[in-house]
Amino acid sequence: MGLDLTAPSLPVPANYIRPEHLQKTGYSMSATIVEKIFSQHCGRPVRAGEVVMAPVDAAMIHDITGPLAIRVFYEMGGERVFDPERIIMLFDHQVPADSIPAAENHVFMRRFAEEQGIHNYDMREGVCHQVVMEKGRAAPGEIVVGTDSHTCTYGAAGAFATGIGSTDMGFVLKFGALYFRVPESILLEIDGKFGQRVGAKDLILYLAGDIGADGATYMALEFTGRAIRDMDMAGRMTCANMAIEMGAKAGIIPPDATTRDYITERREVGSYDLASDPDASYRERRHYDITELAPQVAVPHNVDNVVDVTEVAGTKIDQVFIGSCTNGRYEDLAEAAEVIGAADRFADSVRVIVIPASRTEYLKALRAGLIERFVEAGALVEAPCCGPCMGGAFGLLAPGEVSLSTSNRNFRGRQGSTLASVYLSSPATAAASALYGEITDPREV
Amino acid sequence: MRVWKFGDDVDTDAIIPGRFLTIYDPAELAKHVFEGTRDEFAVEVREGDIVVAGRNFGCGSSREHAPLALLGAGVKIVVAKSFARIFYRNAINTGLLPLVCPETDAIQDGEVISVDIEGGYIEVNGRRLPIEPVPDFMKRIVEAGGLVAYARNLDGVEICNTG
Ligand code: SF4
Repeated sequence: MGLDLTAPSLPVPANYIRPEHLQKTGYSMSATIVEKIFSQHCGRPVRAGEVVMAPVDAAMIHDITGPLAIRVFYEMGGERVFDPERIIMLFDHQVPADSIPAAENHVFMRRFAEEQGIHNYDMREGVCHQVVMEKGRAAPGEIVVGTDSHTCTYGAAGAFATGIGSTDMGFVLKFGALYFRVPESILLEIDGKFGQRVGAKDLILYLAGDIGADGATYMALEFTGRAIRDMDMAGRMTCANMAIEMGAKAGIIPPDATTRDYITERREVGSYDLASDPDASYRERRHYDITELAPQVAVPHNVDNVVDVTEVAGTKIDQVFIGSCTNGRYEDLAEAAEVIGAADRFADSVRVIVIPASRTEYLKALRAGLIERFVEAGALVEAPCCGPCMGGAFGLLAPGEVSLSTSNRNFRGRQGSTLASVYLSSPATAAASALYGEITDPREV
Repeated sequence: MRVWKFGDDVDTDAIIPGRFLTIYDPAELAKHVFEGTRDEFAVEVREGDIVVAGRNFGCGSSREHAPLALLGAGVKIVVAKSFARIFYRNAINTGLLPLVCPETDAIQDGEVISVDIEGGYIEVNGRRLPIEPVPDFMKRIVEAGGLVAYARNLDGVEICNTG
């Protein structure tokens, strides 16, 4: 008997207040989706700018930031966690354990899971954000926190999801609630249709370049418009994932039919009827049309250093990484494989590391023959984990080396030596570049 | 106190690189603070020194190892034009005081400054640069001695009260 691939169907959380509750709370003023989510959780109208103690529907901890959160929980006098069923535990940053301290952290967390009756996905499933999404642990209208800055990924499911530190998580583990400053929202209306081999990652890189690394600090980014409506869940996750790269507290995509199809396969949800009112008050409204958008590349050493691929085409690279919570899904691997097409091999001068974001995505890619294609072309395909993304485990760069990565951060030293350089791109651009050993426009392959 | 001056967008990977995240002891983390980015920092920093930076200090990863590494190095105050949100909270929670001062351009590396939190200013070369007040609910946490101490004395939380 193999492992059960179907996601557990979780009960609707007790403190999830359905939209009809809004009437009872007398909420009649227009509000953003984020204000509505907090109002629903609080049972009264809540406005952006207010600081509230709000209950959380789910809390995620992983192997890097989890041990500290657990220690803090005990230091706070915690004995039993608020609700073991709402805690998501897994290991992804340093798996399989790459050092004795990492192995010790895993043991420490396993013990905690056992003691508290928490289901531990351990290192079986993959990268935290992918796992939370594919197991249906984040749903429209929920508040989800995680000790990882890219927790904002679950905004793709219509949840208010945000990254917190370990001390805040210790508090959450004990009380099931946390102080939040309800953020103002920036509305992003994105229209148009992507050109060939241009997609969600190019859009979000472009937005990071336009809005800047701190352009949305303390705010929520609400993604709307035709381009978002047309986007599949994988693309939406790529967008929400990188909201933090503009300083945002959350990125959120109002739930629609695509969200519903994705979530209902995984669990039951009370209602999908959740959107900002047309006259809601935003900090800012920004409009974009992506029809002419070229493939984008973030150049060292900041995520908002973004240019058209044509400006950096020809830059020699030593390593290509296709994976991470940003771009390690089946759709991303398929996009890369499509670009590789009938080509025999990646350039000899480049190391290609491919890491599916989860076991489920790995199996999909395996069954579709994508993994075979990558291996044939010369890639190292690794088991689901964060891999080189944060320079904690393997795949590190030497001084002077250059990497092109489909992940979300190119900070100096992020993937190894502080004297190395990291460029960020879409899977299509990464695959095209792997074929030539230099940054390459995927539209020309 | 001596100022260690940094620019904009100092990320938490720069403060403490990913390969040291299995360490949780502030004193041990302090040995690697700014490793590869500013190697002399860990060697020369002294108790009470102040980190001064531009915009968006502490952006990126949510790792609490970043404020802990600074605390382990003896830094108790970071002054910046603005902070990334998660770092700001982590700092307050762990007892590192993040102060927002729009005029950090007027402060140079190696200068000696004094901070008057009650008075709401930084004094540098006889000049007073205003700092923004710490938000109320954050102040309560700082006054309690950090979030751990605050939470230890708490039996339960009142959901949806205002902070
Ligand atoms: S893949 Fe990278 S960004 Fe995503 S959770 Fe892992 S380390 Fe963080």
